[in-house]
Amino acid sequence: MGSVTATVPPLIGRNIIPWFRTFTAITGSGYRRYSTYRQATFAGAFTNIVFGFLHCYVFLAVATGAGGLAGGYDTRQLATFVWVGQGLLAVVGLWGWSELADRIRTGDVASDLLRPVSPVVSYLATDLGRAAHAVLTRFVPPVLTGPIFFDVYLPTRWPTVPLFLLSMVLAVVLSFSCRYLVNATVYWLADVRGPMLLWTLCSGILAGLYFPLRFLPDWAFVTIWLATPFPSMMQTPLDVLVERDGAPVQAGLVGLQLCWVGAALFACAVVQRRAERRLVVQGG
Amino acid sequence: MADRGRTAGPAAGYLALLRGQARSQASYRTSFVVDLVSNVGATVFDVLTVLVLFQVTRTLGGFDVREAMVMVSLSACSFATADLAVGNIERVRQYVRTGLMDAVLVRPLGALPQLLLMDLPLRKLSRALFGLAVLTVAASSAGIEWTPGRVLLVIVAPLAGAVFFGSIFVASATLAFWWIDSGEVGNAFTYGGRDFTAYPVTVYGGWFRAIFAYGLGFAFVAYYPALALLGRADPLGLPAWAGWASPGVAVLAALAAAAVWRTGIRHYRSTGS
Repeated sequence: MGSVTATVPPLIGRNIIPWFRTFTAITGSGYRRYSTYRQATFAGAFTNIVFGFLHCYVFLAVATGAGGLAGGYDTRQLATFVWVGQGLLAVVGLWGWSELADRIRTGDVASDLLRPVSPVVSYLATDLGRAAHAVLTRFVPPVLTGPIFFDVYLPTRWPTVPLFLLSMVLAVVLSFSCRYLVNATVYWLADVRGPMLLWTLCSGILAGLYFPLRFLPDWAFVTIWLATPFPSMMQTPLDVLVERDGAPVQAGLVGLQLCWVGAALFACAVVQRRAERRLVVQGG
Repeated sequence: MADRGRTAGPAAGYLALLRGQARSQASYRTSFVVDLVSNVGATVFDVLTVLVLFQVTRTLGGFDVREAMVMVSLSACSFATADLAVGNIERVRQYVRTGLMDAVLVRPLGALPQLLLMDLPLRKLSRALFGLAVLTVAASSAGIEWTPGRVLLVIVAPLAGAVFFGSIFVASATLAFWWIDSGEVGNAFTYGGRDFTAYPVTVYGGWFRAIFAYGLGFAFVAYYPALALLGRADPLGLPAWAGWASPGVAVLAALAAAAVWRTGIRHYRSTGS
């Protein structure tokens, strides 16, 4: 190589097949990486189930107190919302990812930049592998536990299930992009603690994990939905699954999610390009 | 625990650890202030969640919003204080995994106080103070008929609750000695316990309530003290003195946690990495 720039020109465009192979290979390695932490996976699923019970009982009490219908959900819809939500939380992986931030801080990110795949793409592939592993190990246990102890709602319209699966994939990609942006602040701030704390606080409450956002007054949840990406990470797939709205609104919510995914991925690409131009790698 | 008190002044050792901590945390001043402010956020959202739920319904498990606020504030106050004092015991997981635990054990100081002082999160002070503020507002607006006994209870209950949550923190962190990758299991009882105590236990049902409320004792952190403060009878049928049981339950929990911790330390085998 003559001169080395921060990013080697990507292979995309010349031939899509090797690019696709690389992508799936990275996804596969992401999957395998998480499958080695078996005890941690069990521990996580156990915790999700305990929180499933806690939230389910509280929301059912809310619905009982409100005369059977809370925020437009009946008790069976709320039970499904909670239990699938606990499973989805691990798949979407809202919390606890600071790998990129750590690599930027230590300078290891330099070796990521020398690879022929853009960091955004390669970390996305790894994250999809992680999510695939979570679907099998973290999504299934709470989703199976819920119906044993509570009366749950099952979708009645056939397009709901494929739409939910699409919505779930979009939620994973969106969550990844946002976490990538949070991590990338280290390029400028050198410390991720502040942005990460802000992210953790906002994502829990605004994604619909603490309570379904439909419990809020109309103006509040519409604003949150349109102005922030958070509801598109949990609330949207769950609302789609429990058929909270009619089919057109259901599809519209997924459309909104798609817009957020596009915007967030674009932001990742821009931020990454900017960061590479100002990055000074230290260390020996 | 052969490592305790061999040297002349263990107190001086602890003090040095604490001073070092305070100095290192205060040196990144902006970051510290940001942390101080944002740490309140977690408790704000806990309280906000309860208020949102009461937007939807007027009663939750047979209690109205002012009564429920007494419970959530007792719970928040207890949890935040415990989290400030011993919450960082959660790091034992990393210490065991990385082998740092060995360094802790060879020093001539008690292992538990060292672990706590090695990373005392001064930034969490703000949260405990906020919890106290919410308790003050909730207790004064819930229409409590104050007697000397109730004044004493409103002071004792959060302290007992903090000891109780502290014991839960220590006991669940001890899992790491047996089960290196125990990860989040502890969270089910620490953060899960906080969520459980934030609502009246009448909300929960069946064996789940039996285990958390009475088996593990979480009902005595906020629910029974709140009943005693409000002068309400327990719909679940426990007598009125149950409101005063929280210090006793806290002592039992602390003894149990201490026993678990001792056994855990004795079982500790270095990961050798």
